[in-house]
Amino acid sequence: MTDLVVRAEGLRKRFGKTQALDGVDLAMRRGTVLGVLGPNGAGKTTAVRVLATLLRPDAGTAEVAGIDVLRQPQRVRRRIGLTGQYASVDEDLTGTQNLVLIGQLLDLTTKDAKRRAAELLDWFDLSEAAGRPAKTYSGGMRRRLDLAASLVGHPEVIFLDEPTTGLDPAKREDMWGVVRTQVTQGASVLLTTQYLDEADALADEIVVINQGRVIAHDTPDGLKRRVGGLTLRVRPTDPARVPDAMRVLDKVAAPGTAASADGSAGSRPGAVSVPVIGDIALDDAVPALRQAGIEVTELGLHLPSLDEVFHALTETKTMEEALS
Amino acid sequence: MTTLDIPVSAIGPDIDRPRGGALAALVRHSVALARRSLIKTVRTPEALIDVTLQPVIFLLLFTYLFGGAIAGGDRHAYLQFLLPGMLAQSLAMGGIALGQNLNADIQKGVFDRFRSLPVARSAPLVGAVAADVVRYLTVCVVMLAFGTVMGFRVETGFLPAVAAVALSIGFGLCFCWISVWVGMLVRTPGAVQGVMFLLVFPLSFGSNVFVATNTLPGWLQAFVHVNPITPLVGSIRGLLVGGPVAGHLVVTLAWMAGLLVVFVPLALRAYARRA
Repeated sequence: MTDLVVRAEGLRKRFGKTQALDGVDLAMRRGTVLGVLGPNGAGKTTAVRVLATLLRPDAGTAEVAGIDVLRQPQRVRRRIGLTGQYASVDEDLTGTQNLVLIGQLLDLTTKDAKRRAAELLDWFDLSEAAGRPAKTYSGGMRRRLDLAASLVGHPEVIFLDEPTTGLDPAKREDMWGVVRTQVTQGASVLLTTQYLDEADALADEIVVINQGRVIAHDTPDGLKRRVGGLTLRVRPTDPARVPDAMRVLDKVAAPGTAASADGSAGSRPGAVSVPVIGDIALDDAVPALRQAGIEVTELGLHLPSLDEVFHALTETKTMEEALS
Repeated sequence: MTTLDIPVSAIGPDIDRPRGGALAALVRHSVALARRSLIKTVRTPEALIDVTLQPVIFLLLFTYLFGGAIAGGDRHAYLQFLLPGMLAQSLAMGGIALGQNLNADIQKGVFDRFRSLPVARSAPLVGAVAADVVRYLTVCVVMLAFGTVMGFRVETGFLPAVAAVALSIGFGLCFCWISVWVGMLVRTPGAVQGVMFLLVFPLSFGSNVFVATNTLPGWLQAFVHVNPITPLVGSIRGLLVGGPVAGHLVVTLAWMAGLLVVFVPLALRAYARRA
């Protein structure tokens, strides 16, 4: 238990008629990324605000870096970095001024604060814009500055509340790189997101929250396994061979299923997918394809996407509630 | 992108205790946050209109529009009477912007960042108020300078004039906590302005700023006598153009203390609740 850097039990918080948190338990191991996933209004932000000492829960306990969040918030604040849902940099201050201010509030000497600011600006490729007011920054630059601001104090635990909402794909991947680097340097990151691919790419473990409750906590692969079986996908080099490939793959299909040609559901046409029971299906599929003389450009086993998992999980819960 | 490898201990030898103790930390953090507010002021000079152009226009309007009628044609005499009072009015109005700015900061999430840092809860508010000194000093300098151009003359001396400016700034710093409190309570910056105008207009017009109190009906005189602006105007008038000071000054200082005792805790509590 000692290596848990975030531990929350039974967090409850009500805003008026909305039960934002309805008994949330969270656990994050040191040096890992915990992805908190959920639809809008699920309670992700509320949970982060409680852990980051900004909000007192109505009930429940929380520890961050081994310190009680409710009893010793100032000690927690020295060990965390927070980047909120909306970039909270000061638009009238320059990049440097923003970061130096944070450093001073963290009790760095002005000299150390300036050094740390320069170092972070350099690291986030903002050196050239360091002397400009943040209001002249692009959306991506602001996000980077905001993230830099949360790293000034070398936090043990970093809270990122939807850090890539509104960023274009290339900028999102830059952000992911930053998160991974922080983790290799010993930080632990709790990240909320609505993007399943983001959780898939970054998180060691994923907590799914819906309507103020945790409905799943597992590794990304574990979650995928929980919901559905494997899919074997094959893409013939010659698209005309798709029907032949379907006939071949029908033989390895899981009982009661059949191969189908892709083309709907967002996938590129020209491939054949078939549900299979285990990776043993590959052993049968490969020789069969060769025997039929079908050359392929793609052949692989896939777990269901997190999208499918997510929808399965949230829908089941809603169904249960509707029935009860 | 290079690797960052500064150890966590760079924060300080004991990361659980603020450098130099709690009070030193509050002062240091407030100064850092006041500096932030000042940078914002310098970057947006148009935000100073309410302490520069506005008082000048008011001074011109009231002196030349009403001065003739009120003071029997002696505009110079009216200016001598009016300027100390308008200084007080401008100070009361000058605090409104502070509540608006703080309200906007909260909405933007800037304060979330501050609240997630190990600083005293009061530091962001204390820092913002401290930075308002610059605005109040600006009001004083602009009005005295422009008034001088219009013909206003200090009739007492340099030191009393400095005392008048110091008292004005001090009063502004106490009065603005009302605006800070309102800024924590209402939802939008526009609402801060609306609420504060409702307060500041009756206070600044229902006073001895524009006309002698003995020309007013009895019920209004009663209001003027309990209005905190009245002793402030009396003090500034005495310090700038002569007349009794001590009595007004005592009442003014008592009001200033009272404003702090009531509105600082209210503002801090409202700030803590606003999450």
